[in-house]
Amino acid sequence: MKQSPSTDETRFQQHLKKLQKEKRSIMIWQLIIFASFFSLWEMSSRLRWIDPLLFSSPTKISDLLLAKATDGSIFMHIRVTLLETVAGFLLGTVLGILLAATLWWFPKLSKIIDPYLVILNAMPKVALGPIIIVALGPGYFSIIAMGAIISVIITTIVVYSAFQGVDRNYVKVLRSFGANRFQIFKEAILPASFPTIISTFKVNVGLSWVGVIVGEFLVSQKGLGYLIIYGFQVFDFTLVLASLMIIAIFAAIMYQLVERLERKLIRG
Amino acid sequence: MTFLSLNHITHQYFSKQGFTKAIEDVSLSIEEGQFVSFLGPSGCGKTTLLSIIAGLLTPTEGTVTIQQQPRSQTNIGYMLQQDYLFPWKTIQENVLLGPHIQGNITEMKKEKAIQILEEIGLESVVKSYPSQLSGGMRQRAALARTLMTDPKLLLLDEPFSALDYQTKLKLENLVSQMLKQYRKTSLLVTHDIGEAIAMSDTVYVLKARPGRIAKTFQVPGHLRTLTPFETRQHADFNDLFQTIWKELDQLETESIN
Repeated sequence: MKQSPSTDETRFQQHLKKLQKEKRSIMIWQLIIFASFFSLWEMSSRLRWIDPLLFSSPTKISDLLLAKATDGSIFMHIRVTLLETVAGFLLGTVLGILLAATLWWFPKLSKIIDPYLVILNAMPKVALGPIIIVALGPGYFSIIAMGAIISVIITTIVVYSAFQGVDRNYVKVLRSFGANRFQIFKEAILPASFPTIISTFKVNVGLSWVGVIVGEFLVSQKGLGYLIIYGFQVFDFTLVLASLMIIAIFAAIMYQLVERLERKLIRG
Repeated sequence: MTFLSLNHITHQYFSKQGFTKAIEDVSLSIEEGQFVSFLGPSGCGKTTLLSIIAGLLTPTEGTVTIQQQPRSQTNIGYMLQQDYLFPWKTIQENVLLGPHIQGNITEMKKEKAIQILEEIGLESVVKSYPSQLSGGMRQRAALARTLMTDPKLLLLDEPFSALDYQTKLKLENLVSQMLKQYRKTSLLVTHDIGEAIAMSDTVYVLKARPGRIAKTFQVPGHLRTLTPFETRQHADFNDLFQTIWKELDQLETESIN
């Protein structure tokens, strides 16, 4: 009997140790996959199992990146694309939420434009690229517009349906205190929809990258999308893959930031 | 003096298939400080009736007057089946929701909130979020929120129905004591016969489709002075319970035939 507290404690310690061990094993496996992917790539490229002209190799990519980093040109391209993506993401998301709020405010409007929203949502937005570029000129604005337009409609639809899904009884409570429509929106509808809004952030991060890269394909002046299309034209696939690597890294960073924002905004 | 009166209230709901009459020709009056219950099967328009009294719905026909005036929305408190505390607000913020909406949060109101929370036994969780509280505690916080705006009339829409039995009995006592202390006129909707008898002065039995008042029972004076829990133990409680039970049973048979 005397030993029971100490055994309870040791059991708890064992439990902690087990958790830690599992965490470490997951990390190790992730590293193994990472390392074997790149070494296999390098090896098969050198042994010509795959065409090195087409698939390049990790060492060639890192050499190229190093060269481009020394002359500083890569940073300019990264900065341009990053700026456009963040701006496109913010613009698309904010516009989408504002549109959703407008639809919530005017229920009749939402019924009227419902079929148009469905059509706009189904349409591939990148197909609007040529028109946007001619309308806004081949520069930052049209690329940012591409990054925004690709996410704005789906954000509107998803956020609006979240607004509609808020339990009517929260509204009832507020109305029993004499709340007006704006207060109902601010106190119940918007905060209750935060989880959905955050999840549209996550989707929109990815979508904005698509819009911006396609925009840069079309405009072909600078940015990582331009590097990809340029590399394709001069048949330099090391450049294409290097740009892809950078995109992957920054997309992951943006996603992580959104996830951190999520943890900060949603509690309980 | 008559505090609340309903004059020939009728309400219809419309849908594409047609219309349903939720309530038909309900008239009654309630004295100030009285506790009244509506008892009836589902579909007897209990919640519709409360929404009309609260001013959230306009009846198709009939009028509601409070102290001979057309009702004004703001001095009515509403408690729902679930607590509907806002999960992203602390208990204190939830309790202060009424003053917050009405734009008059003062130091005095904040002190009053603390005082009510103390009376209700929630002083230790003022800064907690609703998800950290048990069902009974949450419903008590909802009561505090309702009392904060000092409503003259309290509407209770099955506020104990989602709780376990023991919590429910305890909360009945607390609510009854708080409402007596603050001299509120209250209207309880329930399908629990025992609860209706234990808490009220008058019990209206409603029948369904369309909802209308089938019978009115006065709870004997000596039961009214007891707490709900004591009332449930009293011999006369059972007699009244049996009478109301038979009445409801008969209504059900009638509606089937």
